[in-house]
Amino acid sequence: MAKRRPFDELWGDSGGQSPRADFEAVAAWLKDLPASELQRRQQAAEAAFRSLGITFAVYGEEEAAERIIPFDIIPRVFSAREWANLSAGLEQRVRAINLFIGDVYGARKILADKVIPADIILGNSQYCIPVAGARAPHGIYAHICGIDLVRTGPDDFFVLEDNARTPSGVSYMLENREAMLRLCPELFDTLPVAPVDSYPELLRETLQSVSPGRGDACCVLLTPGHFNSAFYEHSFLADNMGIELVEGSDLEVDDDCVWMRTIHGRKRVDVIYRRIDDAFLDPLVFNPNSMLGVPGLMAAWLAGNVTLVNAPGTGIADDKAIYSYMPEIVRYYTGEEPKLPNVETFRCREPDALAYTLDNLEKLVVKLVDGSGGYGMLVGPTASKQEIEAFRAALRAEPQRYIAQPTLALSTVPTFTDQGLAPRHVDFRPFVLTGADGVKIVPGGLTRVALREGSLVVNSSQGGGTKDSFVLAPGEGGAG
Amino acid sequence: MLSRTAAHLYWIGRYMERAEFATRLIEATIRLAALGDHEESEQAWRSALAVVGAASSFRATGETHNPANVRRYLTLSEANSSSVRTCLAQARENARAARTALTVEVWEAINRAWLIIRDRTKPGGVQQSLNLVDSLKAEIRGFEGALTRMLRAEGCWFMQLGAAIERGDNTARLLDVKYYLLLPPGQEVGGALDRDQWSTLLQIVSAKTAYRHIYSGPLKPWRVADFLIFRGEMPRSLAASAEEIVDLLSAFANRSGRQGAADRLARKRLDRIQALAIEEVVQGGLHEWLHTYIRDNAAIDQAIARQFRFG
Repeated sequence: MAKRRPFDELWGDSGGQSPRADFEAVAAWLKDLPASELQRRQQAAEAAFRSLGITFAVYGEEEAAERIIPFDIIPRVFSAREWANLSAGLEQRVRAINLFIGDVYGARKILADKVIPADIILGNSQYCIPVAGARAPHGIYAHICGIDLVRTGPDDFFVLEDNARTPSGVSYMLENREAMLRLCPELFDTLPVAPVDSYPELLRETLQSVSPGRGDACCVLLTPGHFNSAFYEHSFLADNMGIELVEGSDLEVDDDCVWMRTIHGRKRVDVIYRRIDDAFLDPLVFNPNSMLGVPGLMAAWLAGNVTLVNAPGTGIADDKAIYSYMPEIVRYYTGEEPKLPNVETFRCREPDALAYTLDNLEKLVVKLVDGSGGYGMLVGPTASKQEIEAFRAALRAEPQRYIAQPTLALSTVPTFTDQGLAPRHVDFRPFVLTGADGVKIVPGGLTRVALREGSLVVNSSQGGGTKDSFVLAPGEGGAG
Repeated sequence: MLSRTAAHLYWIGRYMERAEFATRLIEATIRLAALGDHEESEQAWRSALAVVGAASSFRATGETHNPANVRRYLTLSEANSSSVRTCLAQARENARAARTALTVEVWEAINRAWLIIRDRTKPGGVQQSLNLVDSLKAEIRGFEGALTRMLRAEGCWFMQLGAAIERGDNTARLLDVKYYLLLPPGQEVGGALDRDQWSTLLQIVSAKTAYRHIYSGPLKPWRVADFLIFRGEMPRSLAASAEEIVDLLSAFANRSGRQGAADRLARKRLDRIQALAIEEVVQGGLHEWLHTYIRDNAAIDQAIARQFRFG
């Protein structure tokens, strides 16, 4: 099989000869910028991120090292037309996700109609039994979704993962834009880049809108504390929304209402944007050893006195075993064809799929259904013989724990490397907000880039970096 | 403001003040020890341990009591809950947890002080100890400077309140220990040894020249006591600390419209101090009076914790 060059976001299939339509201005900017100037700006970006303290901790490393995620100053750009298509697809998908979660914890129509085998839902470790029979305030469960997208061609976008629990990374979208405005102001003169800085305000409005009642809702952000790897993002968002950043010990539940302890007495809390996992939310219901959560919080939620963002139990929608049914789920709840397709997925629990997977391990990507962060994953084409054999044994032992997908030729974006500009593979995570007044998407997101040549793994814990993601406003610069 | 945040800020204030006091104590004890003979030098370090309440915990380590060991224990020991290192580590831990309530300047001053002492395992010679003390004092001054540039609001007040409570406690302990050790029975008051010790005490609270401004003539023990207890213009005096606590609590009350037990206790104590003179204190027994002060100070600390729900 001849190795095809992957699709490039800037140059298309031209091999760097001519930019794609709508992207001439970006290509011109890149051509006009001397290599030395590019290097100077790249270094300035790193210094800025370090002094701002935008760091994340990597688990399992000595000293709980605080690292910065590498930032690449060459942006990834979407045309107005591309963005319009994407956001329509995202809105449709997230609408379906919320209806799906409400259904599986409520009437279970989708199971009665046999669209999905019942055991995949009810026997799933992500199915949160305490939520069954309850209804979230306003019927919204996944208020914040980070949908991971990949691209293989001009019109070929695929959803790779639906992160419907507590997706992170949005602070990078905002800080990367700040860095670009400072380092490359001339880009914003020539390109009609849609702003992203309204995100904290939109998020605050979303939180306010899903309050269980009362006029002026008291919203807080619940963090596991300053030892958490994403603490920077928690404090950044709380600061920018102007809401309190609380830990579990700051909250108490009394008579099924949630209160926060302040120096002037206790104050009623209506909406909790929680950045801790379900398992740690409430020691009375979930992990009894959790010191991070609040005893009685689930009772308050079940009584309808507080809104949890996202609701407990949303993991059922982003489980990798459920993922393969997402096209059916979208059709079932919206009555429309999915606008954003899935990546072809083999469910290894099915004998035919398992046989195919075992025969084609060196071509496939194999994932644990409950893994994340790039751990517990086999990338067949780059794996060693030993790794492949280890996965073969694991697949035979517990096939229901795995799915397999073809290795995609992820699109590339020109990236600053030691050897000058070179194409590197990227993915994209836009953040989709669902409030009482509908779905909102800030025109942008987090572009992650695999900095090693040929690598397809973009996770920050595995040597990935980030880029700013420009969405061009419709109008003179657009396709029309 | 969250009660937890308030508690972190308050303890930043206490630990930074305690760290500064410990550095000054080490600096002054090095000087005092250098003035005397071998036995007097050991005695100077013994009394330094007593000032920070670390005499028994030092004995428990089983180390030989000599100047170098005590110096290391007071500066770097992680086993000593009031060593400079422990205080700075605690201050930084509290600062990390309340990071969003601090300005960059305040955070950086605390962090820099911590980084100076973090990797030290040995205090080195006396000169190295003095160098360390100098650079720590500079960072702690930076912290105090950064506080004055914060918003005049609860965040800053809690750190200042913690510092004021700690300062009163430290000065009272210092006076108490020196009072006992510096007037051994039969020793003529006003001898050379006595003068050295009292001037060391002034050095610890950075008040050597200030004393000369206020009182002319030679150092007299009861005047030093008057200075460190009653003179409101002396920032580390007990009266100044008591007044600062009343003022800070009033600032909170003006903002919230509410007062509590801490306000009442603090005002009562200030009134008592202001109605008293050194002669009466000496008559009734300085040691007993200082102990009452330390107990009252602890009661105000407890009342503050309850009033602001530190929990």
